[in-house]
Amino acid sequence: MPRLLSFAVFFATWWIASLLAGDAKLPPPPTVLAAMLAEAKSGDLFLNLGVTLARVALAFTLAMSLGSAIGYLMGRVRLADRLGDPWLILLLNLPALVVIVLAYIWAGLTEIAAIAAIAINKLPTAVVTLREGARALDAALDEMATVFALPRSRTFRHVILPQLAPYIAAAARSGLSLVWKIVLVAELLGRPNGVGFEIGVAFQLFDIPLLLAYSLSFAAVVLVIETVLVQPFEARLSRWRPRAA
Amino acid sequence: MRLDVDIASKKFRNAAGEQHDVIAGVAFALDAGEVGVLVGPSGCGKSTMLRILAGLDHDFQGRVERPAGARIGIVFQEPRLLPWRSVEENVRLVAPLADETKLSALFEILELNEHRKHFPGELSLGLARRVALARAFAIEPDFLILDEPLASLDGALAARLRDQIAMLVDGRSVMTLLVTHDVDDAARLGDRLFLLSPRPARVVADLPIRTPRRARGDAEIAAIKSDIMQRINGGLTGRDAS
Repeated sequence: MPRLLSFAVFFATWWIASLLAGDAKLPPPPTVLAAMLAEAKSGDLFLNLGVTLARVALAFTLAMSLGSAIGYLMGRVRLADRLGDPWLILLLNLPALVVIVLAYIWAGLTEIAAIAAIAINKLPTAVVTLREGARALDAALDEMATVFALPRSRTFRHVILPQLAPYIAAAARSGLSLVWKIVLVAELLGRPNGVGFEIGVAFQLFDIPLLLAYSLSFAAVVLVIETVLVQPFEARLSRWRPRAA
Repeated sequence: MRLDVDIASKKFRNAAGEQHDVIAGVAFALDAGEVGVLVGPSGCGKSTMLRILAGLDHDFQGRVERPAGARIGIVFQEPRLLPWRSVEENVRLVAPLADETKLSALFEILELNEHRKHFPGELSLGLARRVALARAFAIEPDFLILDEPLASLDGALAARLRDQIAMLVDGRSVMTLLVTHDVDDAARLGDRLFLLSPRPARVVADLPIRTPRRARGDAEIAAIKSDIMQRINGGLTGRDAS
C-alpha cells in the first residue's frame, strides 16, 4: 500500500508540473503513455529494452564474478592487496566516459567493446566491497573449520560465503544501479540499438514523449527486477538473523 | 593412540611489540581413553596451549606428537557455531557421514532434540555450548579438546553438562584434554591432572586419579580438591586457582 501511494504521488506531481511547465517541456502522463504504447505496438520498445537488458546482464555478471574473485583475493592475501591497490584506485577514479570512448576507439564500435567498457566501470566497486568483506571474515570460524578439517569447498560454501553474502548483495545492488546508468551512455555513443540509442534519437529530434517513454519503461524494468529478484534474495540470505531488517 | 606434548617455550608479541613468555615448559602425555585436565589460573596460557595442540599455532619451541590422522573434535570457549546454519546443520556440516541413529542419541543425551531447527542466535549460552559439544562428538573424535566448556554457566546447568560430558567421554575411547580454572570440574572429570603455574605456564604437578569418575564420592572429590589447592598454593604462588 505505501508503495502504491508513493507511485500515485509521483504521477500527481508529474501531472501538476506538466500543467505548470507546459506540454512542450514536460508532456503529461497520458501523452507519454501513448508514445509508450506506440513503441510497444511496433515492437521497438521490447526489442530495445531486451537488447539493453542483455548488455546489462552480461556486463554485470562479468564484473561481479571477476570483481568478487579479485576482491576476495585482495582481502585475504596481503601481497595481492599491495599489488592490486594502485590499479584499483586508478580504475575507481577513471571517468566512465573515458573508459567507454577508449574501448570504442581500441576495439571498434562493437558489442564486445560496449560490454567490456561497462564491466570495467563496475569492476572496481565490486572489488572494493568484496575486499572489505574478506577482511571482515571471522578468524574464529576459520579456526573451527581448520580443526575440524573441513574440506576447502565446504568451508567456502558454508563458512566463508555466508559471511560474504551481505557484501555481495551490497556490491550487486550498487553495481546494478551503476551498470544501468553506464549502459545507456555506452549505447548512446556507439550502439545502433538499445534504450540509450533511442534516447539519443529522441534527444536529437527533441521528442520528449519518446524520451520519457523509454526512460520510464526502463525504470519500470529496474523496479521489477529489484522487487522480484534482489529483495527476495536478500531476505533469504538474512533469514537466520533474529530480527531481519 | 597417544598424545605426547613437550612445549619448551612459547612467546607472544603484543600489539605494542613487547614480547611475553606464555609457556615456559609444559610436558605431558595422554593415552587413549584418558581425560587429562590442564588446571591453572585464568590467563596462564591454557588457551594458547590448546591452540598449539589443536594445530592452529605452529610458532613455538618444542614438539607435539599427535597420532597420525587423528580426528580432532574441539569445543572452544565461545561456541563458534555458524549463525546462518541451524543447530542440526551445524553438526552435520562437520560430520557429514554421521548416521541418524547416532546423531539422535547424541542430541538425546545433550537434550537438543527440540532445538534441531533453531539457529544459534536463538539459543542461550548453555544450549550453544551443548551444540558445540554435539558437534565435537558427532565426528567421533580420537582427540577431544574442551576449552573451559562449563565457564559462565550457572551451577546447576554446569553440573548437568558436566555429567553429560562424562557420559559421552566414557561412551567411547577418546583422548580428552580439558582445560579449566575450576578445581571442582577437574576433580570430577579428570583421570590425570596437570597443574599449571601462572604465566609463563609450567607444569607444577602431574596427578593421576585412580578411582574411576563414576565411583568418586563427595569425600574423595573433596580430598582431591584440597590436594590440588595445597599443591598450587604450596607451589610458587599464593594465588587461588579456583
